[in-house]
Amino acid sequence: MNSADKKRLLREMLFARRFEERCYEAYVERKIGGFLHLYPGEEACAFGVLEAARPGHDYVITGYRDHVHAIKCGADPKEVMAELYAKETGSSKGRGGSMHIFDVKHRFMGGYALVGGPFPLAAGMAKAIQMKGGDEIAICFLGDAANNQGTFHESMNMAALWKLPVLYVCENNLYGIGTRIDRSTAVIEQYKRVSAYNIPSAQEDGQDIEKVYKAAEKAIKHVRSGKGPYFLELMTYRYRGHSMSDSNAYRGKDEERMWSKRDPIIMLRDRLIEAGELSKDQYKAMDTEVLEQIEHEIIAFAESSPEPRVEELHKYVVAENDPWVHGGVQGGVRGGVK
Amino acid sequence: MAQMMFWEAVRRAHDEEMTNDPLVICMGEDIGVAGGTYKATNGLFAKYGAERVIDTPISENGFTGLAVGAAFLGVRPIVEIMSVNFAWLALDQLFNSAAKVRYMSGGQLTAPVVVRSPGGTAHQLGAQHSARMEKVFMGIAGLRVVTPSNPRQAYGLLKSAVRCNDPVFINEHELMYNMKGEVPDGEYFMPLEGSEVAREGRDVTLFGYNISVHWCLAAADILAKQFGIEAEVIDLYSLSPLDRDGIRKSVSKTHRAVIVEEAEAPVGVGSEVMAIINEECFFELDAAPVRVSAENVPIPYNHTLEKAVIPDANDVVAAVRKMLGK
Repeated sequence: MNSADKKRLLREMLFARRFEERCYEAYVERKIGGFLHLYPGEEACAFGVLEAARPGHDYVITGYRDHVHAIKCGADPKEVMAELYAKETGSSKGRGGSMHIFDVKHRFMGGYALVGGPFPLAAGMAKAIQMKGGDEIAICFLGDAANNQGTFHESMNMAALWKLPVLYVCENNLYGIGTRIDRSTAVIEQYKRVSAYNIPSAQEDGQDIEKVYKAAEKAIKHVRSGKGPYFLELMTYRYRGHSMSDSNAYRGKDEERMWSKRDPIIMLRDRLIEAGELSKDQYKAMDTEVLEQIEHEIIAFAESSPEPRVEELHKYVVAENDPWVHGGVQGGVRGGVK
Repeated sequence: MAQMMFWEAVRRAHDEEMTNDPLVICMGEDIGVAGGTYKATNGLFAKYGAERVIDTPISENGFTGLAVGAAFLGVRPIVEIMSVNFAWLALDQLFNSAAKVRYMSGGQLTAPVVVRSPGGTAHQLGAQHSARMEKVFMGIAGLRVVTPSNPRQAYGLLKSAVRCNDPVFINEHELMYNMKGEVPDGEYFMPLEGSEVAREGRDVTLFGYNISVHWCLAAADILAKQFGIEAEVIDLYSLSPLDRDGIRKSVSKTHRAVIVEEAEAPVGVGSEVMAIINEECFFELDAAPVRVSAENVPIPYNHTLEKAVIPDANDVVAAVRKMLGK
């Protein structure tokens, strides 16, 4: 990772931070409905891992805290914001919402809202990759609390058994909704839990993007070389509550202050400034530029986009005009009952 | 037309579709080396290998989810869940992932996965191995549900289900795998929507699906021979969507309807068909429609009690005679 890469990543993370903060405002203004799970504090996880991967080539899947992962994979932030605004121009045409961002053309295979649901889906994508013989891998981002679902164990077992090319990234933010990890989980260190399935794993500081990048490079090399799954645990913290309906009453201000000193953006910024590769003014200009882009391009696009039409309510429930629904076409002759 | 057993017809559909498309795979508990509990995949492991004929761990939700994820990338998995009772464990992946992904992605992603699973009351298998779950599956938007009543349908429905771009649940029956029937010699694709007229008649329509079609046909024979009643039997092989046109046409002809289901009555196929009759052709009716259904209890182990829960042809005959006053 050279200096230009670091500066680009700093801007990408800053953009993600401001994007999510703007979502918060839009939610308060009731422009965004439903549940909204925000990512501030955890940016180094998605950006560090996906920087080491091949976004747009590798298949990425995650839970409901999904905006930033989609954007790093290549999704147009305007379409992500339009989705949050429930507009027809949104990435899921206003049918999905915050928890269901999809951008399949960039191989972002979606956000899913059942905790632990993506574990087997990722294993299945890896099975398909293995069958087709490509060099892609599947990458699944989920939080620590997902590891208490049965799908975690079922998927780790199958991924190891069949040596599937899948990287599981555990974003350990220490809370499952509002319950601290030591109150819900017998084994605190998540990377140890996959040793039961002989899956190699590591734990890394999820606030330092350079460390995340290095750990992910190693993990991805393992998976891409056909050696089977890998589990990477990243220690991180979310600044906001679990979702917008969360008052954060279950954790102390001291803890929040401690983690704010390890902010992934500030850490990288200060490192670049100390090294003389970035000035404070340059950083301020970067921030101004990001804020303007979000306001003038992204919010403006979402605001001005049309809503989905009620006449198209039933679109996308099943495949349209699928010949096999009606008995198919075999040798030009329609099958089915004569 | 060749005579073939139900399991042989299912196996043939697997074999042809796997030969036709290298991305068609099958997976489930004991389906590979062991050949399948009901022999539906017998011999395929030797022919196609472990990568495409996959013996899974006993992790129904996990391997169903794995199939859905593989389907995202163009693989066409045929999943066998050994019993619908075990399919309860896979409902999250079937309902939340497979059935909804097309809609919640705005049409970007689809999960063309086929899940086959036998249900129904067999031989004293008790409460947790005898469930009939079609009522649960047929209420989920985005999921197609079909249920074959004979080997021809089992073959033709599986062929179409594999190629269809929607997720399809195929509800089979544990007692029907050795049933014999005619299957076309050439490739045959059955529509995934619709119904079939299994027997023509003018006095009353008996609606059945899967095993209850056979109770209806047996009842229709008795009614014709002993009571001079000509019953029409409609085979509702597609449970989602139900064939509104087929239901309306037959009731408009006979003006009477009896719905025969192996499952207990509440929130079932019978209640849904009755609702459709009300909506489509209420003023065609000469009598109030009637359901012949199972008793609403968990299936008991005791053989006499078990038999008392599930309806049969005699119950259908009695319902029709009461309706017609004969």
